[in-house]
Amino acid sequence: MSDTVDVAARVEPAPAGRPSRGLPRRVGEAFLRRREASVLVVAVALGVYFASASPAFLTQPNLVNIAQATAPVAIIAAGMVLVLVNGEIDLSVAAVFALAPFNMHYLVDYYHVPILLAIVLALAISALIGFVNGFITVFFRVPSFVTTLGTANIVIGIVLVTSHAYPAPIPDAATETIRHWFGDSDWAHLTWCLLIVACFHVLLTRTRWGLHTIAVGGNPLGATESGIRAGRIKIGNFMMVATLGGFAGILDAFRINTIDPNLGGGFGIMFTAVSAAVIGGTALAGGSGTVIGAALGALVLAELQDGMNLIGISANPYFIILGVAILVSMIANVYLSRLRRAGRA
Amino acid sequence: MAGDGGGDALRVEHVAKRFGGVTALRDVNLRLDRGEVLGLIGDNGAGKSTLIKILCGFHQPDAGSIFVGGEEVVLRSVDHARTLGIDTVYQDLALVNELSVYHNMFLNRELVRWPLLSNRRMRRLAREHLEDMGVNIPSVDDEVAKLSGGQRQAIAVARSVYSDAKILLLDEPLAAMGAKEGALILDLVRDLKARGDVSVIIIAHNYGQILEVCDRINLLQHGEITFDKPTSQTSVQELTDLVVAEYRAARTQKLRADPGMDARPTPRG
Repeated sequence: MSDTVDVAARVEPAPAGRPSRGLPRRVGEAFLRRREASVLVVAVALGVYFASASPAFLTQPNLVNIAQATAPVAIIAAGMVLVLVNGEIDLSVAAVFALAPFNMHYLVDYYHVPILLAIVLALAISALIGFVNGFITVFFRVPSFVTTLGTANIVIGIVLVTSHAYPAPIPDAATETIRHWFGDSDWAHLTWCLLIVACFHVLLTRTRWGLHTIAVGGNPLGATESGIRAGRIKIGNFMMVATLGGFAGILDAFRINTIDPNLGGGFGIMFTAVSAAVIGGTALAGGSGTVIGAALGALVLAELQDGMNLIGISANPYFIILGVAILVSMIANVYLSRLRRAGRA
Repeated sequence: MAGDGGGDALRVEHVAKRFGGVTALRDVNLRLDRGEVLGLIGDNGAGKSTLIKILCGFHQPDAGSIFVGGEEVVLRSVDHARTLGIDTVYQDLALVNELSVYHNMFLNRELVRWPLLSNRRMRRLAREHLEDMGVNIPSVDDEVAKLSGGQRQAIAVARSVYSDAKILLLDEPLAAMGAKEGALILDLVRDLKARGDVSVIIIAHNYGQILEVCDRINLLQHGEITFDKPTSQTSVQELTDLVVAEYRAARTQKLRADPGMDARPTPRG
């Protein structure tokens, strides 16, 4: 799949002094150059359609619903994109999503750790699981698909064993302010999500870490020959996606106001995040991907589920639409990259 | 002898390397003078690439010493070798298709204004440097994937030159190159030689081409340097004969061990 083009590396501003061109042409070029653009159009079009089909769509409670459905997926996807660009995948992030709020609960209620410290420690444990994923993948050369399939099951098992498969309440130590900050308010999810997506977009496109992530995914041997420590980059990215998974899990626990062992649906939210990344234009082959695209992908999926619900279509065909969306966007990606190369070569 | 500085940029003494049961390098002794271009030839599997990967810090030798500018060094990593001024153009070029030309030019030595990359500066410097070296590409913003084989090669060489390398290792820079593209690389090497402060080791199979640019030729056979002559005292014919003689010797040995294997007509001689 060497003919999928990386967009992340090309989102530079136009060099100063380049003559400005007509607007339509620039828009056309933007579409070819930036895969995010086409997902944005789909997201807007869906919004327009559902708004015209149902007056409830644009009401504030419904927009909050969409934001709260988008945020955890987009947060996980931000980290997942880095791992996918590395040419790896993390199947265990949904399990970490379920484990982190339980760790917070255990630390506060059994070990009397202050709530904020407990949240930080729960995230640190998530990062540790990411480290284990990366370490096994890099040093034992186990494909990450298999590594994280293993750790995912172990973590799901730990959640079920330690919680006896019963939900737990949010610790009483969590004050009103903390609950608000961490998800029990209308826009907390969205705020965190925008912040994280912005940071990870910059990380991937504007920093050495991001450049090396692309290099390691695009040409593993070449990156190593250039002196890039590929293992370190991969382990770091596994740690980041796991930490984000844990954080999204904590946000969601505060939102639904209970800590549920089935949070994340076993593998469910992980697959949604991968789908969002793919719809947003990230190739699983490594070397290319976009964080903003993945966030827009998450938005598209949330709009679909919410909108179909509102206009009274049964939720059952959702998966058919999701499947078609994944295939269409992947085919479009490959096709558009070819077009882009042919047009400019 | 060790540590006497002198005029050599790089000296290798008794270097050996094994991979599992395979001896890649037996006992390599090699000297590279300041400003010299040394051609390293040898059959496939003679250990040329292994030697290069030891000199650039990618592999560590099992035995022997390496001297850079007269001082003994242990090359711990590619980064470490780079800090000593040793840079390599690998056979596979180590370019990342998905990245722009200028990001490739600065791969793993990116200019950074923490925490962000200084893209504008890297783009400008890459453009200027490629122009200086006479490398013609449409735009430094293009992805490397779009470029031709020769352009890719030129960028890989230009990248190493730009790094202020004092010792440049070129692993088969002429492989899979058209005549015109090969000439471009040879010109780059000549320009370096004219500058006088860079020493170069070139691995190549095309003896005619390397005799054009090299000052001296070494032949690596079975993990040892078995031939060392200035270019002026040798010829394409002699080098070809040496390598062919080696092939014949190996073949004769095999024939002795198993006379029945030779069903085909033997080459003359």
